[in-house]
Amino acid sequence: MKNNIKIQTRNYGFYYGNTKVLADIDMDILKNSTTAIIGPSGCGKSTFIRTFNRMNDLIVNAKVAGEIKIDGIDIYKDNIDVVDLRKKVGMVFQRPNPFPKTIYENIVYGPRLHKRCTKQQLDNIVEVSLKKSALWDEVKNKLRGSAMELSGGQQQRLCIARVLAVDPEIILMDEPASSLDPISTQRIEDLIDELKENYTIIIVTHNMQQAARVSQKTAFLLTENIGEPAKLIEYDNTDKIFTNPSDKRTENYITGRFG
Amino acid sequence: MEKLKKSKKSKFRTFKAFLISRFIFINGIISIVVLGLILAFLVYNSIKFFSSYPFFSFITGTRWSPTVNEKFGFVPLMVGSLEVAFGAIIIAVPFSVGVAIYIGELAPRPVREILKPIIEVLATLPSVVLGFIGLKTIVPFIKNFFNLSIGLTALSGSIILAFMSMPTIISISEDAINAVPNRLRNASLALGANKWETTYKIVVPTASSGILAAIMLGLGRIIGETMAVLMITGNSPRIVFSWLQPVRTITATIAAEMGETVQGGLHYSALFAIGLILFLVTFLINFTSDRFVNRIRNL
Ligand SMILES: Nc1ncnc2c1ncn2[C@@H]1O[C@H](COP(=O)(O)OP(=O)(O)OP(=O)(O)O)[C@@H](O)[C@H]1O
Ligand SMILES: [Mg+2]
Repeated sequence: MKNNIKIQTRNYGFYYGNTKVLADIDMDILKNSTTAIIGPSGCGKSTFIRTFNRMNDLIVNAKVAGEIKIDGIDIYKDNIDVVDLRKKVGMVFQRPNPFPKTIYENIVYGPRLHKRCTKQQLDNIVEVSLKKSALWDEVKNKLRGSAMELSGGQQQRLCIARVLAVDPEIILMDEPASSLDPISTQRIEDLIDELKENYTIIIVTHNMQQAARVSQKTAFLLTENIGEPAKLIEYDNTDKIFTNPSDKRTENYITGRFG
Repeated sequence: MEKLKKSKKSKFRTFKAFLISRFIFINGIISIVVLGLILAFLVYNSIKFFSSYPFFSFITGTRWSPTVNEKFGFVPLMVGSLEVAFGAIIIAVPFSVGVAIYIGELAPRPVREILKPIIEVLATLPSVVLGFIGLKTIVPFIKNFFNLSIGLTALSGSIILAFMSMPTIISISEDAINAVPNRLRNASLALGANKWETTYKIVVPTASSGILAAIMLGLGRIIGETMAVLMITGNSPRIVFSWLQPVRTITATIAAEMGETVQGGLHYSALFAIGLILFLVTFLINFTSDRFVNRIRNL
């Protein structure tokens, strides 16, 4: 069981300046599964997952408290190389953000940063990543076309392919389908379902059905009183959270009574 | 039904909107008409010039000596202008783009907030002032450094014009860099790129059309500049292919000679002819840079 844990947080807290927005989060996130983070707007879901690839480092005065371990290693220790960390922990953003370059260039961007590749290897990476993200058939004939000309849903799958191209172990997704139409959303959800076989996925979503459909574990974050940090109210198997939550507040939230 | 009828207030608002749109329209028309008149004036005088001086001898003529023997060869002026402008661009572009990248991407916030307004103020320095400063600093420096008998050279002009165009190039390039959406930077960083890789692989290429526009606008300013070059390039209308010799630009020629011509005479209209060429060149440059600016707006 212990070997199954990919990410471990202990006494985790987060500060923007002097404001503590998250507190006391102890969570074990399992390898090769999807974990959903749910909670009302502004409770700190994005803040939370952005700590796993240290994207919060860019914000001045932001500070992490407690421990976050990936594969047993504290990622906020001084000797951690952020570049290596981000290679291992990929991120898909809320709005598709392809580079204004060709589809091909978008995908090889990451691999080229990290190692010297032959043209052959790059071609291969492009094909494999696009196949994994279920985009290959739609774009295989226009790899040299601009990524900006794809639809929103295609762009988001391209962004997923771009992350897969650097061969991460963990993929963070912050509301990856919130700007997409239902059909594109469906495809992203199917994709997440496939990817979890080989990757550890953490997804933030506002859509309860989506959380229920794609995840095996669900964590519910909530700010109970304004001005206080949000806490982890309940963290359990997704089935249990959505059918028989043990906390009244979780039940209220998923049945839509607040948030 | 009664409610759908226009109230007094809404009638007044419609009238106000009508007045405002008319006012803007009339302003637009006036500026177009004025521009047209200027162009017509230039064309009229140029035609007068070319009707008594062969176009071919003008465009290929290698001597500009209007008072001595009425020779109006354009080549020395063109070479002078190109030499000075080219030198200025070579000096200004790498420096300006570097500074723009520094201010836009790398500088800590307080530094940026101080540098930006300073640079914008520099852009408004009158060129006579810059020319005077150049005369007192660059000219003697060039003279001593290259051991010349005279420091009034094309290079001195290039340096002062480079200074003059830098604020424009820096501030517009910086705008272009700022216009690059943060989500692209985040995407790059999240893929494991560092700040520097993100800057030169994503930010600068994305801003490149805006940076090009900035360079074009800088070039426009360089080519159109008069007073400073008049003061420090030495004003010698001979063809020289050395940056260490005096030259004479198109603009300096017009400024220096207009006062001494007989109104309506051949020399007078010759100056309008070279003015027309200058007008067309600057128009073309600004027109092109505008298209680049629009491209970055559509990002
Ligand atoms: N850069 C920042 N500086 C200061 N405070 C911030 C910053 N980013 C977020 N916050 C604050 O931290 C809290 C959590 O924000 P966060 O974006 O993580 O919430 P969220 O749960 O992702 O919300 P949403 O569901 O709307 O995306 C909010 O109160 C927000 O105002
Ligand atoms: Mg969020």
